[in-house]
Amino acid sequence: MDLHYMTAHAIHKLLVAREVSAAEVAEAVLARLEAVEPVVRSFVTTTPELTRAAASRADEAIARGERITPLAGIPMALKDNMCTKGVRTTCSSRMLENFIPPYDATVVVRLAEQGSGLIGKLNMDEFAMGSSTENSRFFNTKNPWDLERVPGGSSGGAVAAVAAGQAVFALGSDTGGSIRQPASFCGVVGLKPTYGLVSRYGLVAFASSLDQIGPVTRDVTDCALVLNAIAGHDPMDSTSAGYQPPDYRECLVPDIKGLRIGIPREYFGQGLDPDVERVVREAIGLMEELGAVVDEVSLPHTEYALPAYYIVAPAEASSNLARYDGVGYGFRVEGATDVVSMYMKTRSEGFGQEVKRRIMLGTYALSSGYYDAYYLKALKVRTLIRGDFDQAFKKFDLLASPTSPTVSFKFGERADNPLAMYLSDLCTIPVNMAGIPAISIPCGFSQGLPVGLQLMGKPFGEETILRAAYAYEQATPWHRRRPSLEVQQ
Amino acid sequence: MEYEAVIGLEVHTELKTNSKVFCGCTTAFGGEPNTHVCPICLGLPGVLPVLNKRVVEFAIKIGLALNCKIAAFSKFDRKNYYYPDLPKNYQISQYDLPIAAGGYLPIEVNGETKSIGITRVHMEEDAGKLLHSGESISRSPYSLVDYNRTGVPLLEIVSEPDLRTPEEARAYLEKLKAILQYTDVSDCKMEEGSLRCDANVSIRPVGSDKFGTKTEIKNMNSFRALQRALEYEIQRQREVLESGGRIVQETRSWDEAKGITVSMRSKEQAHDYRYFPEPDLVPLVIEREWVEEIRRSLPELPDARKERLIRDYGLPPYDAGVITSSRDLADFFDRTVALHPDAKTVSNWVMGELLRLLNAGNLDITRSLIKPAGLAELLRLMDQGTISGKMAKVIFEEMFSTGKDPGTIVREQGLVQISDEGELAAVVDRVLAGNPGVVEDFRAGKERALGFLVGQVMKETKGKANPGLVNKLLKERLGSN
Ligand SMILES: [Zn+2]
Repeated sequence: MDLHYMTAHAIHKLLVAREVSAAEVAEAVLARLEAVEPVVRSFVTTTPELTRAAASRADEAIARGERITPLAGIPMALKDNMCTKGVRTTCSSRMLENFIPPYDATVVVRLAEQGSGLIGKLNMDEFAMGSSTENSRFFNTKNPWDLERVPGGSSGGAVAAVAAGQAVFALGSDTGGSIRQPASFCGVVGLKPTYGLVSRYGLVAFASSLDQIGPVTRDVTDCALVLNAIAGHDPMDSTSAGYQPPDYRECLVPDIKGLRIGIPREYFGQGLDPDVERVVREAIGLMEELGAVVDEVSLPHTEYALPAYYIVAPAEASSNLARYDGVGYGFRVEGATDVVSMYMKTRSEGFGQEVKRRIMLGTYALSSGYYDAYYLKALKVRTLIRGDFDQAFKKFDLLASPTSPTVSFKFGERADNPLAMYLSDLCTIPVNMAGIPAISIPCGFSQGLPVGLQLMGKPFGEETILRAAYAYEQATPWHRRRPSLEVQQ
Repeated sequence: MEYEAVIGLEVHTELKTNSKVFCGCTTAFGGEPNTHVCPICLGLPGVLPVLNKRVVEFAIKIGLALNCKIAAFSKFDRKNYYYPDLPKNYQISQYDLPIAAGGYLPIEVNGETKSIGITRVHMEEDAGKLLHSGESISRSPYSLVDYNRTGVPLLEIVSEPDLRTPEEARAYLEKLKAILQYTDVSDCKMEEGSLRCDANVSIRPVGSDKFGTKTEIKNMNSFRALQRALEYEIQRQREVLESGGRIVQETRSWDEAKGITVSMRSKEQAHDYRYFPEPDLVPLVIEREWVEEIRRSLPELPDARKERLIRDYGLPPYDAGVITSSRDLADFFDRTVALHPDAKTVSNWVMGELLRLLNAGNLDITRSLIKPAGLAELLRLMDQGTISGKMAKVIFEEMFSTGKDPGTIVREQGLVQISDEGELAAVVDRVLAGNPGVVEDFRAGKERALGFLVGQVMKETKGKANPGLVNKLLKERLGSN
C-alpha cells in the first residue's frame, strides 16, 4: 500500500523495523499533499520544513537505537483554529488571516513531545461555524470521494486531508458535531472526547462550554494512539478534568459480547435518509451478531437540543469573538475615523456572513430582558438533555445512531438555507450539550458516499467507545476503503 | 424645603498579589509599557484564564473584615463591553453570586458612630491604560494602549445607600482604606489608581423614605475630591429641584480643576453588559475550613486596635483614633512604645511633632526618615536629662530631615545639656554677681526677676543648661525656698 495512505501504527511498525525511514514517509506524504491539494484544497498553510525536521529527529533516534513513541515522525495536520507558535493560525477568517501566535496550544505541545511533525494547518468553516466548510473565507475544501460535494464541517480540511492521504492523522475540534459529521462524510474515524478530557488551551474559542479537540484518523487504533497523546489534565485549562486517562491501546480488544447498546428512537426520525438508515441499521445488526445486546431507548428532550444549542453556542461566541476588534492584532480596516468606526468596519469586513449571523443571535440572546427567556432556558434544556443521557446510560453502555442524517451534499445545496444546514447536526449536537464522548466510524456507503456510525458513551467512557468501535472495525472492510482520487503523481 | 442626601459608594481596589488574577504576569507598578504582559492577559485567541487563589484569599479576608457572609458557592461572569483598554472586550467579573455580601462597616463622624451596610464584595480583573494623542478617545488621531495593568486583580466593594453627608462618605472611604491596609491586601494609593471610588447620589426631602433619582459620579481621585464632588453634586441637585426641575438619571464626571460635575452619559446610553457565566472557569466552592483559617489569620483591625490603645495606654479616644487610622502609623506607635514604654509621651510626639512634619511635607509615615528606635532614643535622652525638651524638638526636626540618630546629632552639634552642678554653679554665681540690681528686685518680691536670671544663665550656656538645675541653684543662692 502507498505510504501516504497508511495508518500511523502501520508506519510505526515499518519505522521500528527499519523497513522505511521517517524521511521517506515525510516525502511520500508531502508529495501526495502537493499532488492532490489543487483539487481537494484541505490546507490553509503547509509546513513541509516542520514535517522534515520531525522526520529527521525520528530517524536519528532510530539510528541511535532509541525507542520511539508511536507517533514519532508521523506527519500530522491541525485544524487552523489551534495556535501554533510562529505558524499562522487563521480560523479560515479574514480577521486572523495574518495572525501568527506567539505560543503553542497544549495539544500542539503534546504532539511535539511525541515527535509528530506538523505538515500544515487545515481549512475550516470560519471560526468553526458551519457544517460544510463552505464558510471558510478562503476557499472550499472538496470531499475526496466526490469533488462536487462538501467534506462536511467545520473540520472539513482535517477529514479531507486524512481521507485524501495528505496527512496521516489530524486534530479537529467539535462544538456541535464538527469532527464527527465531516468524518462521517469523508469515511474516516473522528472522536469527540468527553468535555474536559483534552485541554482547550490554545484552541481559538467558538463556544467555550461545548468546544472539544479530538482526533481524526484512518482507523480506531490510530484514534486511540492520538488520544493517548493529547488527553489528560492541563493546569492551563481550568475546565480540563482531573481525570487520569488510561492507555487507550488497552481497549483495542475485538470483544463486545454482552455490551448493551441502546438505539435512541429520536435519532431515527424525520429527515433521516432511508438509505443511510439502512446502512446504519445493518451496522448495528452486525454489532448484535458480534454479541452486543441491542435495544431501543428514548431520549425525550432530543428535539430541544438544536434550538437550545443555537442559543448557547452563539451566546458564548458573541462574547468570545468580541476580541477581534482591530486593536491589538489581526485584521484592521483602513480609513476608520474614530474608534467606533474602526470597530464597526473591521468587524463588518473581517467576519463572514455566518459568523456575523451567530454573533447577532448570541448578542440578542444575552441582551437585558431576554436572558431569562433564552440563555437561562437553554441552560435548563441542557440539564434535561444531560438527564436523558444519564437515564439511558443506566441501562446501556453505549448508544448508537447515524452520525449525520444524510451523506455529503453538493456545494451550494444548503448554503443559502442556514436552517437546513443546522439540521445536518441533529444527531451530533446533543452529545456536545451533554458533554459526553462520541465517535463516528465508517460503516458503509450510500450512493457511493461514506456513511458514519455514531457511538456515544458515558462521561469519560472513551474506553468502551473505542473497544466497540474497534470490534466493529475489525469485522468490516470500510476503514480500508480509499477514495479514488484521479490525480497525476 | 429641607433635603437630605442619600449616598452609596462603589470602591475598586487593586489587590497586591504578586501575580495577576488569571495569569502569571507581575502586578508590579511601573515597567515599560506592555512589558508585564503575556498571551493570556493580552486576550490572544485561544488563551484561557486560570484563577489566582491568592485573589480569592484576599477577597475572603476583606469580606470577613467587613463583616460579610462568605459565599459557599460563587462564580465568575463575563461583563461584555467594547473599549480598547479591554483586550477581550469583556471583563471577567462576578455578577449574581459574589464572593461576599451582607456586611457592615462602622464609621465615626463628629464623635458619633454609624454602621454603613456593605452590599457586596466581588472579584474582577482590571483593564489597561489608554494614552490619547488628543484630548479624548474620540478626538484623537490615534491612541496608545498599555496592557501592564490589564488583569491586575480588583475587588469591588459596594456600600448600601446609607451615607447621608459628604463627611460620612469620606469617613467611610478612609475607614475602608484603613481596613484594606490593615489586612495588607492593597496599597490603596489613590494617585496610582489602586483605590478608586464612584458614588451614587440622590437627594430627598428630610423625612421621606423614598429615594430620589440618582446620579453616578466618577473620576474622584482623592478623599478631598470625593468630598468636594459630593458637596457640589448635592447642591446642584438641590438647585435643580428648587427651580422646579427634575434630576436626570445619568453618569457624571467630576472635573477637579473646575470644581463641577459634568454629564458623561444618560441612562439611555448606559451599557447592556450582557452578563453570563464565564464558561472558561469552573464555579468556586469555598470550603468552610478555609474561611475559618483566613478568619483566624486576620490581623487586629482598626477598631480593635483603637480600643486597645485606649484601654492599655489610657490614650484619649481622639488620639487613639488618629493613630489607628493608618496601620503604618499605629505600627510606628506600637514599636516605639515597645522601646519606650511611656505611651502618653510617645503619643504626644506622634500626634504632635511627627504628624505636623509629615503633613507639612505631604508625606506618608512609610516615607518618614525617623524610625521608632530613633524616637525612643530621643525620648530616653530627654528622660535622662541629657537634652531638654526644647532641644529635643530641634533634634527631632534634624532627625526628620536627615534620618540621623539623635545621639549623632547631639554629638555633632554639641547639644548636650549641662547638668553638672559644679559647672552650672560657677555660671550662676557669675550671673548673680553681674546683676546685683535684679537680685535686689527679686528679694524685694519681684518674682519675675527670677525668670530674667534663668534667661541670663541660659544665654551664658548657649541654651544647654539643664533648666531644672538652674532654677534649683538660683533659688538656693537667693535663699527663697
Ligand atoms: Zn499575563
